[in-house]
Amino acid sequence: MNLISTVAQRVLWAAILLLAVLVLNFSMMHLAPGDVADTIAQSMGGADAEVLEQIRTDYGLDQPFLSQLSNYVGKVLHFDLGYSYFYNQPVTKLIFEKLPATLILVITAQLLALIIGVLLGVYSARNQEGWVSHFVTLFALFGYSAPVFWTGILLLIAFSLKIPLFPVAGMVDVTVEGGAIAKFLDLLRHMVLPVITLASIFIALYSRLCRATMMEVLQTDYIRTAKSKGLSTREIIYKHALKNSLSPVITLAGLQFSAVVSGAVLVETVFSWPGLGTLALQSIIARDTPTILGILFFSALVVIVGNLLTDLALRFVDPRVRGH
Amino acid sequence: MNDLKNDSRSDGLAQNTDTQADLNAGINAEQLTTKARHPAADALGMFLKNRAATVALFFLVLIIITGIVGPMVYKTDPFDMVWAPFSPPGAEGFLLGTDYLGRDILAGILYGTRVSLLVGLSAALMTVFIGVSIGAMAGFFRGWVEEALMRLTEFFQVLPTLLFSMVIVALFGPTLPIITIAIGAVSWPAVARITRSEFLRIRELEYVTASRASGSKNAKLMFKVILPNALPPIIVQAALMVGSAILFEAGLSFLGLTDPNIVSWGQIIGSNRPYILDASYTVTFPGLAIFFTVLCLSLVGDGLNDALNPKLRQR
Repeated sequence: MNLISTVAQRVLWAAILLLAVLVLNFSMMHLAPGDVADTIAQSMGGADAEVLEQIRTDYGLDQPFLSQLSNYVGKVLHFDLGYSYFYNQPVTKLIFEKLPATLILVITAQLLALIIGVLLGVYSARNQEGWVSHFVTLFALFGYSAPVFWTGILLLIAFSLKIPLFPVAGMVDVTVEGGAIAKFLDLLRHMVLPVITLASIFIALYSRLCRATMMEVLQTDYIRTAKSKGLSTREIIYKHALKNSLSPVITLAGLQFSAVVSGAVLVETVFSWPGLGTLALQSIIARDTPTILGILFFSALVVIVGNLLTDLALRFVDPRVRGH
Repeated sequence: MNDLKNDSRSDGLAQNTDTQADLNAGINAEQLTTKARHPAADALGMFLKNRAATVALFFLVLIIITGIVGPMVYKTDPFDMVWAPFSPPGAEGFLLGTDYLGRDILAGILYGTRVSLLVGLSAALMTVFIGVSIGAMAGFFRGWVEEALMRLTEFFQVLPTLLFSMVIVALFGPTLPIITIAIGAVSWPAVARITRSEFLRIRELEYVTASRASGSKNAKLMFKVILPNALPPIIVQAALMVGSAILFEAGLSFLGLTDPNIVSWGQIIGSNRPYILDASYTVTFPGLAIFFTVLCLSLVGDGLNDALNPKLRQR
């Protein structure tokens, strides 16, 4: 009961956030210098004053700002994100073509980072002077400090140009024949470098935080009690300490969703991954307003859904959260 | 008593390098004259104990000097085509080689240092200013102010930072001020959250209640009573923010969203990316510059954390 009402509240708040995102983005586009009609005309190969006027009427650009805004929001509520004048396609269609690629990248990288980060963090908290612990310290620093696109390029040079283990670009190889398994393996082969690149930053973040909270938790009284009860280290760590040191890590992971999406934009560019990031860059350069707005909307949606899932995961892991 | 303490401190620091010993002597001198350990000296001592941070600070100062002096000494214009494209490092007197248009990479990196540091620093300042203002008000006033401000923070946290600033830069023009604003506008929520939680903690402490009881106004409570004690984690965060702003700027310019008339590290990497098979050094060196600078900044951040976080000191 309590859970349902909290979730309902969360979903409602998420909807309000999305609406605010829409309004902010639309207003920003409107405030920006430059004439949208001009951009449209350019994508058609130039136009005279009369045609420009025609474009303004067609796209509703001659109407006052507020009616344009309410018009747009109304259309989005009907799942219509408008029509891209650069790609000559409905924006929803464009985005749904590219969204799966980005989701695969973002979700795999986030999960991989969480699992490896927590494992490294726990292990190095147990053996604080061991080489894994020093490795975590170093890796956390390096992972945080190296620009993600540079890491990607270096991996690309090393593992697809110098040692041709992995493909240079793209997500699938159309020449691969065979059944679903062959196609899946091909996808995996394409995913390895982009996912590692994107995950590296977050492995660094999570392992460092996990080690810190684990070390803190291991010094608390209830762990001392558990020790004096004669429990084994393994039991103490995995039954008692991990649960309490996991919740800050999950909270952090939730906060990182927008950073993961940002990182994905760069990683997609490096590996020519056919996702939203690549589409975003093209449409931003082409000033394709409907597509830009659509991408901003969907990427905010990805972050919001990610946050919601994190909240739920947190309630699952940490009973203290449920009380609030 | 005090002398004893000083002695034990110098023992602890004795293993450190010469430069640190010099600085250490400075601390001791100050301590002797004031006859008490000044908190700043204490913090400096803690910072210097973190050897990695001290070395990083040294290199950071070196990087800043390079940024200021480098382009004055090394006069090659980073936009000039000085030699054949793709001359490898060391050949023909070009220490780091030339890029796909035959431009000197070393010159590009030296000029880029300025841009990165300038954007990083000013974006971080902006981030801290917005974040501290919002976090302080939220944590101090509580109630609906906190609710509204934290909702605003949450709103900015769901905006995909890079995409949003890409759009800002593309729409309003790729100039350094716009890039700085674009970075600052999306990065402040982390600072706001830290500031708020510090304010929430500190405002309940007895000395704040005492100050309130003795008639201090809100403004004084916020900025003179609470803020100074909330500063340590904010300072640490600010140091890290400079690093992430540098990474952010590098990302934007890697994507080509940068002032085309200004060389920056990310832009060198972005424009040479198609040619990595022929000349991988054209992306390796500018990347190393970004990496090393951000690494130094995060190590210094760590050192500041050691120095300013009293909790860790007891270990």
